[in-house]
Amino acid sequence: MSKKKKEIAEKPYKKPLIKKRKPNRSIAGDIALYLFLLLVAMVMVFPIVYAVSSALKPLDELFKFPPRVFAQHPTLDNFSDLFVTMGKSWVSFSRYLFNTVFITFVGTAGHLIIASMGAFVLAKYEFPGNQMFFKIVTVAMMFTGYVTQIPNYLILNKLGWIDTYWAIIIPAFASPMGLFLMKQFMEGLPTSLIEAAHIDGANEWKVFAGIVMPNVKPAWMTLIIFSVQALWNNKASTYIYSEERKTLVYALQQIQGGGIARTGQGAAVLVVVMIVPIIIFIFSESQILETMASSGLKD
Amino acid sequence: MKEYINKYFTLRKHDAQVAWKKAKNRKMCYLFLAPYAILFTMFFVFPVVASIYYSFTYYNILEAPRFIGIQNYISLILEDDIFLIGVKNTFMIAIITGPLGYIMSFLFAWLINELPRWVRSVAVIVFYAPSIAGNCYVIFSVFFRGDAYGYVNAALMNMGIIDTPKLWLIDPKFMLPICMLVILWMSLGTGFLSFVAGLQGVDKSQFEAGYMDGVKNRWQELWYITLPNMKPMLMFGAVMSITQAFGVCDVTMALCGYPSTDYAARTIVTHLFDYGFSRFEMGYACAIATILFLMMILCNKAIQSLLRRVGT
Repeated sequence: MSKKKKEIAEKPYKKPLIKKRKPNRSIAGDIALYLFLLLVAMVMVFPIVYAVSSALKPLDELFKFPPRVFAQHPTLDNFSDLFVTMGKSWVSFSRYLFNTVFITFVGTAGHLIIASMGAFVLAKYEFPGNQMFFKIVTVAMMFTGYVTQIPNYLILNKLGWIDTYWAIIIPAFASPMGLFLMKQFMEGLPTSLIEAAHIDGANEWKVFAGIVMPNVKPAWMTLIIFSVQALWNNKASTYIYSEERKTLVYALQQIQGGGIARTGQGAAVLVVVMIVPIIIFIFSESQILETMASSGLKD
Repeated sequence: MKEYINKYFTLRKHDAQVAWKKAKNRKMCYLFLAPYAILFTMFFVFPVVASIYYSFTYYNILEAPRFIGIQNYISLILEDDIFLIGVKNTFMIAIITGPLGYIMSFLFAWLINELPRWVRSVAVIVFYAPSIAGNCYVIFSVFFRGDAYGYVNAALMNMGIIDTPKLWLIDPKFMLPICMLVILWMSLGTGFLSFVAGLQGVDKSQFEAGYMDGVKNRWQELWYITLPNMKPMLMFGAVMSITQAFGVCDVTMALCGYPSTDYAARTIVTHLFDYGFSRFEMGYACAIATILFLMMILCNKAIQSLLRRVGT
């Protein structure tokens, strides 16, 4: 029985390779557009490709003139140098890496849970203050974090969190963007699903953990990418001053300040810093786009 | 009159009682919202209020804040020339990169919309990558290096356009344009993703109805069908790009230095950093933050009312 079902599901459905052209398009216009897009795409991607290839260049190629975009003898020396030369310095490179990974992981996990819990009740239940709270969250998306940085410093200072990881992690839990996207996406979830669970005797927590969360997995990925992007690139130089708790982006600036001899390693750190958000995005693109479809701001 | 007031108060009281009852029935909801609400209030709402309060005081962390009225604002606007440079630069960057980045986001999202599926997903990655690539923009300081080995200098000298290397990131003339270029390179961000997703969701049958009604080319289709359908996404994208345009500081600090030559690349946010975390004049820095906050909120409101008219 189940096998038969599977066969039906996998019955090949061939889409026509070239879709029927829309009636109001000219061929010349299409070709011009594609050429234009290709050109722009090359400009956009060039700095990133250059950064990656210079991280792969051995030292003598880095200073070659005229420069080449691609390395002729690519090596991974620069990456291993990071651990060797930086290993002898006061704070080793692996420590910076650990700090950033820890901050990103804990911050993202907490943000995902806390923001989803808030978004769930905002999207699916009516209660006094519901609309009001969501409106305030939307306003909070309209100004940058820099506006609140000084009072934040004073608050974190009062709490005694300055110079700990928590100074970066805890404020990241409350990022308004995550709650906004999660709430918009959860509104698309059928209410009957939740009502049915209530009739079956599940309490709110069970509904949330057992029914709502598994059904909004695309939104998870979106929250994760935005949170990772913010935390992974966090320099945090104002909240953290102990060298052994500083982050990767800070180390990047130190290494780049180290002069000509560190050029290769600087490029390698740059690649480490930028590759993680990009890879997460590549693997979760379709889910993120699914979530963003409900991201619109209504009046 | 008195009767009227009494009536008003009984009505209000009744409303409050109903709300209270409803709230009691929904205790679980508040419990769910509480962790987020507490953190949000602590790190987003309260700081804004505190920032407005401190902006009326002299506060240097060591002493208790001392109330000085609007003295901070007076000295900001009338006496602080560097702040005015910062405001001018921020506005220049915001006015040029904000709308341009926004239009680029929409334009590219719209152009790649009709590509085959896999080409489209590659294109989204290529266009979106610069904005999530973190500090990748520092690579531009290699391209625009001031000696003859900088790539831009070398290329221009080979072509014979310039005969001596230009100090791209040190000469105040070139700083802002280069920063704008880099910001534009990074401007296809969250708004772009929202546009791509929104365009996919536009109802196809509306286009067919449009062909029947005589929509001739893709531009008419864009204005009469696509844009009105995209209004919520357009609003969201506008919020994103305004917030980004006014908050610019990372790029200018990384490329032009902090402080930059003649303060030519100073923005409001770098001025805020300078007073807040180098000189510890927290009251003064909070006044800067408050001005920035008001500018962003007002600009957002203005743009939103403008966008409501799209396609009508």
